[in-house]
Amino acid sequence: MAEVTQVERPVKLAANFPEIAIEGVTKKFREGATALENVSFGVEKGEFVSLLGPSGCGKSTLLKLVAGLSSVTEGTVTVNGMTPKNARELVSFIFQDATLLPWRTVERNVGLGLELERVARPTREETVRQMLKVVGLEKVAKRYPRQLSGGMKMRVSIARALVSRPRILLLDEPFAALDEMSRDRMNEELLRLYLEQQWTVMFVTHSVAEAVFLSTRIVILAPHPGRVAHVEEVRLPWPRTEETRMTEEFEHEVGRISRLLRGVKSGEAREVA
Amino acid sequence: MKRQLWLAANSLVVFLLLLVVWQVAVKALHVPAYMLPGPRAVARAVVERFGSLEQSFLLTAEEAVVGLLASIAVGVAVSLMFAQFSLLRRVLYPYTILLQTVPIVAIAPLILMWAGPGLISVAMVAFLICLPPMIANTTQGLVSVEENLVHLFLMHKATPMQVLLQLRLPHALPNLFVGIRISAGIAVIGAITGELFAGSSRVGEGGLGYSILYASGQLETDYLFALVAAAAVLGFVFFFAGMFLEWYFLHNWHEGSRLETQE
Ligand SMILES: Nc1ncnc2c1ncn2[C@@H]1O[C@H](COP(=O)(O)OP(=O)(O)OP(=O)(O)O)[C@@H](O)[C@H]1O
Ligand SMILES: [Mg+2]
Repeated sequence: MAEVTQVERPVKLAANFPEIAIEGVTKKFREGATALENVSFGVEKGEFVSLLGPSGCGKSTLLKLVAGLSSVTEGTVTVNGMTPKNARELVSFIFQDATLLPWRTVERNVGLGLELERVARPTREETVRQMLKVVGLEKVAKRYPRQLSGGMKMRVSIARALVSRPRILLLDEPFAALDEMSRDRMNEELLRLYLEQQWTVMFVTHSVAEAVFLSTRIVILAPHPGRVAHVEEVRLPWPRTEETRMTEEFEHEVGRISRLLRGVKSGEAREVA
Repeated sequence: MKRQLWLAANSLVVFLLLLVVWQVAVKALHVPAYMLPGPRAVARAVVERFGSLEQSFLLTAEEAVVGLLASIAVGVAVSLMFAQFSLLRRVLYPYTILLQTVPIVAIAPLILMWAGPGLISVAMVAFLICLPPMIANTTQGLVSVEENLVHLFLMHKATPMQVLLQLRLPHALPNLFVGIRISAGIAVIGAITGELFAGSSRVGEGGLGYSILYASGQLETDYLFALVAAAAVLGFVFFFAGMFLEWYFLHNWHEGSRLETQE
């Protein structure tokens, strides 16, 4: 296969401006565990960066630092030139389990953020209605979370993240609990929305195929302590559709990233042994 | 639904059989009525003295309700404080558990000494016995919110008040209702215990507890039985009222509180 030199970008970039800049970040927990050590990389505006790495290498910790939900021990994180806490209104966080409020109906779950931000009711309801249409949930607006399938719950969670019109999306294994078919479908929808909305995305997953399908770049973290092992451009043309998964290029890319990831894991095994 | 009716019918049959056995045994063994009256004598006492029985029943119910409502209000308020200020919780929570271990019969006379006989002090005894389960359960629900849900609220710049009232409090509702259910059962016990000490300033006008004491002193054993039965009924009413409230408020979204027969 021919080497791709120029990496295609689906979203036009602003002049090399790192929307998310992580510089020399170390995170130690009070109990003494070092979750991250001297981690540096940037995410440019409009990039879709996936984080891969063995369990416990600090992927979730890193996302929380970017969201300002936790603070660094050393180093700096800037989001759109601001501290993560100040940049929160640009950011939406989507968690692994749908984290819906069981006492709220679907529409009231989706409207939660707007409600907390005291958006007036008519605006709120209209926005929620439109968003439910976007994710195909208008029929279940009045249902409670316990009446939904796992895939539908995740859709609600995504709709809730999107109503506040974020520029930056942080997703922590959002589709881990879904079956492969729903996961593939959700991936395609996410990509469609990404191209349309031109978000900057950081996406944590354990699935190499998912990371390759979605990302412009993949950051592979090594554990104990968490550090950057590889930063890889994804050599796969845009736009990407279901068909992309059947191509040789795709398989090749998945193979390449998998080998890098396995290197990181077996390195760990050697250390332990 | 059919199954439940069947079970209820069975329980009723067993109950009626017991009454029959009891009546026959009392007759056959010539047990004196002041030791153990038969169910017919008890039923007669209920009918003949229905007025005073009802009065005692309602008075005890009132005391128990006041104590219970106060324990809900104070318990929820204290739990909200505990959830908001963890230092406060760490310092004071052990004392609420301690309160639970103090035998209520030991402090009832003290309360009476301080507050004097009457509805207030009896309700206070009921309140004290109800408070620990309210606090323990509600606090548990308030603090056991998943971290990611708190993060979600923080991402939307929620104030601490919004986190408390729109996340922690609704999350704690199932626990709060467990507290209410437990407290509703023991509120009646608390009120009756209180009455045993508080009594009434006028003969024949006290609640169930006072009347039980009085009836036993007078060897009115048939009326005593009627009073005990009334106390049991009152306990049941409280318990089921608690269950109903729980179902009413939670059945839409909470698995544990949906009736088996739904859907
Ligand atoms: N609040 C915390 N207090 C103490 N240690 C923590 C805390 N959160 C995470 N850790 C530790 O930091 C390390 C990284 O955790 P993190 O959850 O970021 O890993 P991860 O890469 O997301 O793992 P997974 O793939 O299993 O989700 C782990 O060793 C974990 O035990
Ligand atoms: Mg994680």
